[in-house]
Amino acid sequence: MGVVAPNALNVDEFRKALQEGKSGIKRYENLGEINFKCQLGGKPPVTQEYKDEHLPHFVAQKVKNNAVIYACLSGLEAWNDAGLEIKPGGYDRKTGMLVGSGALGLDSFIEHKIYPIDQGNHRKLGSRSVPESMSSGAGAYLNSILGLRGRIFSNSSACITGSEAVLQGFEMIQSGKMERMLCASSEGDGRYIWGGFDAMRVLCSDSNEAPEKGSRPMSATSSGFIPSGGSGALVLETLEAAQARGAKIYAEILGGEVNSGGQTDGGSMTAQNPQAVVDCITTALERSGVAPEEIDLIAGHLTSTKGDPYEVINWSTALNLPKDDFPYINTPKSMIGHCVAGAGSIELVASALQLAEGFIHPNLNVEEIHPEIEKLVPLEKIPSKLIKKDIKTVIKANFGFGDLNCVLVLRKMNN
Amino acid sequence: MDREAIKKDLLAIIDPYIDEKELTTEISESSDLINDLMINSAHLVDIVLDIEEKFDIMIEDDFIGKMDTVGDALDIISEKIAG
Repeated sequence: MGVVAPNALNVDEFRKALQEGKSGIKRYENLGEINFKCQLGGKPPVTQEYKDEHLPHFVAQKVKNNAVIYACLSGLEAWNDAGLEIKPGGYDRKTGMLVGSGALGLDSFIEHKIYPIDQGNHRKLGSRSVPESMSSGAGAYLNSILGLRGRIFSNSSACITGSEAVLQGFEMIQSGKMERMLCASSEGDGRYIWGGFDAMRVLCSDSNEAPEKGSRPMSATSSGFIPSGGSGALVLETLEAAQARGAKIYAEILGGEVNSGGQTDGGSMTAQNPQAVVDCITTALERSGVAPEEIDLIAGHLTSTKGDPYEVINWSTALNLPKDDFPYINTPKSMIGHCVAGAGSIELVASALQLAEGFIHPNLNVEEIHPEIEKLVPLEKIPSKLIKKDIKTVIKANFGFGDLNCVLVLRKMNN
Repeated sequence: MDREAIKKDLLAIIDPYIDEKELTTEISESSDLINDLMINSAHLVDIVLDIEEKFDIMIEDDFIGKMDTVGDALDIISEKIAG
């Protein structure tokens, strides 16, 4: 696995950050100067020196799109962590890659591309503006380093992009078409991506003076999400292939489901059709052969908006368990904000880490739980402190614009 | 600006575009950018833009076709600087 998040630049740092409840949310003064109501965000602290150390010379020096950089960093970390070699052309056609992205071309790098066009200087774009802004660009640059020859593609499905990438990779392996897939997603950062969300008034605007208090999933006072960037990457492969290599196995994917509410029956561009969410959760469990009682942890979407209580109501309806038996529930978003298309893959890295290493990470800013959530979930199941505990089954969901839902069920691997 | 000084700046500009670092020890004026230094041809336009920025000159598209070797690039830059 690999990860680049606002509070960590690799898996080891991320584990520590999750356990300590470390926030990566900061105030960016330049957003105030251009009249953003929400002046908070989460940018992974990647410096030029860090890029020079971890990426090939050309990518480190010349590629400016943060979404591409984050994907290359997390993808390479995942590849190395899985014990695989960097040998371009050296893996057969059953090894592929799926790297999703959201608003790839709207990363802050685009300011250097848009102005020259309008000033009649489009020739100054050079050769990199196309691959750096095409939706498949993050994967294209990552594969310029890895040189894989199987299915190389990208998905883009708003906030479910990352979890959908993993589910699609899983299904491709399950179908026998691929034996090994590097699945990742990435989102850049900055005012061009975040401005649209601020205009929609879905971002947190009441915490500019207290950045780390801004992201408050499940809180009675949630006032909007904190936008952020980053990338997560997971290498998926058949159990036989992983065991044959003696690879480190973090978790087993049991199954999952992706669907849409069709923007009907309560669903819309920005809201989920509750029946479809419930159907997605129950179908994912059926496909995985898992009963609701077996779930130890819900790794929710939970963005810190007014949608959180509705999400929890949907979980409660789908699982249909007595309140006392409601599983633990958490999300890294209180620490890292909402990485949009990067969210699903980063959060799946968190899920797999919790399974593999026996812990449940805390949620920050849960002093006042929303009353609708408190009716359904015992307070001790919304941890505000690290819980060291062996857990076997995690259900992970993301929900996205366009009324899209994606749910995955992961199980601890007994090596 | 003498030719050696220009060459030093030029080599710094093309360095990131050379994948095979062992090639950088053998660069001479006769080195062909694409065939000897194995630079991706798509990156020639980037090298031209980097040169324009570094030396504050403008290199028209006609010249890009003539810039086959390191020496060619030095000729073009020298000529443009001289105005």
